[in-house]
Amino acid sequence: MNDLLASFAPISWLVEPLSHEFMRRALMVSALVGGVCGLLSCYMTLKGWALMGDAVSHAVMPGVVVAYALGLPFSIGAFVFGVGSVALIGFVKQKSRIKEDTVIGLVFTGFFALGLVLVSKIKSNIDLMHILFGSPLGISYSDVNQTLIISALVVNVLVLFRRDLMLYCFDPTHARSIGINTGILHYMLLSMLSLAAVAGLQTVGIILVVAMLITPGATAYLLTDRFDRMTYLAVLSSAVSSIIGVYISYWSDIETGGSIVLVQTVIFLFAFLFAPRYGILKSQGSIHY
Amino acid sequence: MNPLITETEHSVLGIEAFDVCVDYNGTVALYDATLKLKTGSICGLVGMNGAGKTTFFKALMGFVRPSRGIIRINGSAVFKAQRDQAVAYVPQNEGIDCSFPVSVWDVVMMGRYGSMNFLRVSRESDRKAVWHALERVELLELRSRPIGSLSGGQRKRAFLARAIAQRASVLLLDEPFSGVDVRTEKLMSELFLQFRKEGRTILISTHDLNHVRDFCDLVVLINKTVLAYGKTSEIFTQENLTMTFGGMPPNALFGPTPSEGFLNE
Repeated sequence: MNDLLASFAPISWLVEPLSHEFMRRALMVSALVGGVCGLLSCYMTLKGWALMGDAVSHAVMPGVVVAYALGLPFSIGAFVFGVGSVALIGFVKQKSRIKEDTVIGLVFTGFFALGLVLVSKIKSNIDLMHILFGSPLGISYSDVNQTLIISALVVNVLVLFRRDLMLYCFDPTHARSIGINTGILHYMLLSMLSLAAVAGLQTVGIILVVAMLITPGATAYLLTDRFDRMTYLAVLSSAVSSIIGVYISYWSDIETGGSIVLVQTVIFLFAFLFAPRYGILKSQGSIHY
Repeated sequence: MNPLITETEHSVLGIEAFDVCVDYNGTVALYDATLKLKTGSICGLVGMNGAGKTTFFKALMGFVRPSRGIIRINGSAVFKAQRDQAVAYVPQNEGIDCSFPVSVWDVVMMGRYGSMNFLRVSRESDRKAVWHALERVELLELRSRPIGSLSGGQRKRAFLARAIAQRASVLLLDEPFSGVDVRTEKLMSELFLQFRKEGRTILISTHDLNHVRDFCDLVVLINKTVLAYGKTSEIFTQENLTMTFGGMPPNALFGPTPSEGFLNE
């Protein structure tokens, strides 16, 4: 009886999972990936690239499969297909009369279908479920290393170019008129999106990674009118959601990716309802600057 | 015949376009546009929707490459003018995402980005320039407000402050008087006069002929090409305006091509 009570105490709820190597690794990777995706999600939200995030995250699928089959790091394959899908979207849009959202839907479903076909055809040790739904609890050392490298790269680029990228999202015309190359910024942001999608699919899988790339930014957007503060809040809410999600997944024996995204969604709902200035339940006349 | 050309020949030209043609995938948006604006002038760019005003702006900012012709800003190529922070574009209100989480101060500071290092870390001189620019457009006390909480006129002033902070010598303004309050209109017209005194070149794109008559020394009439330009009092004739807005062919007045008409003088 005492044992049972002890196992329900908050401290042991937090500490007990840390005694497992796989849980320590899962928590670290999930928090890191959450933070990185959270940072990028600010730009996705402000640029209005939610659909683009969805497209890129699905389009990396065949890249992951091909990379595994060739014995390459999966991130390289994913990156090539992620950026390739974006280039293809741009090309089809430019050369045909089809509207952009249609082109995006068309290209990413095509890539995704190719990925599914390749998985079923290429005999390898790829677990389709791991790609689709993520498996942070079963992440390998080499995958951890790749995730660390990707995260470091994405964070560095986003931090170094944060002012330029912010200006590019806000007013690309002004950016160009003062001699900033917005074409480079455009592809920089798309490359970071591809890389973050690869990192994200480790923890929540291809299908839900778009949530990591949208929800934290949307939550933070409801909470502040300052860009810098928005990025802190997005990173914080995303990393915390990942940690809570992994814990809940461990204790309740539920699917980890779903658990992480669900926590993010709940945090968004709180912001949606109770955000001081933009929540729907804000008290009247509370706006002052 | 046209006193402007001889008058400006020996002084510095703020904007110079010579025989500029722009086409988008074979569709001609602007042809044979020739224009010389000396520094220290306020010039109205008047034409119908689709007459090529936006295309002309884009060509001046280097966003579209003319298929033919030459553009010079302050006597140098457009890309150099961009590097020198010489050209500022003040957008229409509709072109801006007003729910973007930036303050008025942040927006004006964006005018300094081009002069900063690549990390865009602001120095004391940048903050002074922003402060001074905000003072001039009377927005200093609203500097920490989010840009979205401002009225249309205040927002316009914020973007004007950005151009001032940038220290641009050529200002391109897109419909500056649309949707602004009386106070802003008065302040802007005073600012334009000060700009002229400071030797800046101001090009205002607008449909509003009354404002052109009131503020602009010079006017450019445009309909796929420069139909006529010069002193407002001389160019603003019923005949010219009918031609600009009535869709009459440009060669009715200037012979085969308008640029030839100008060159042969």
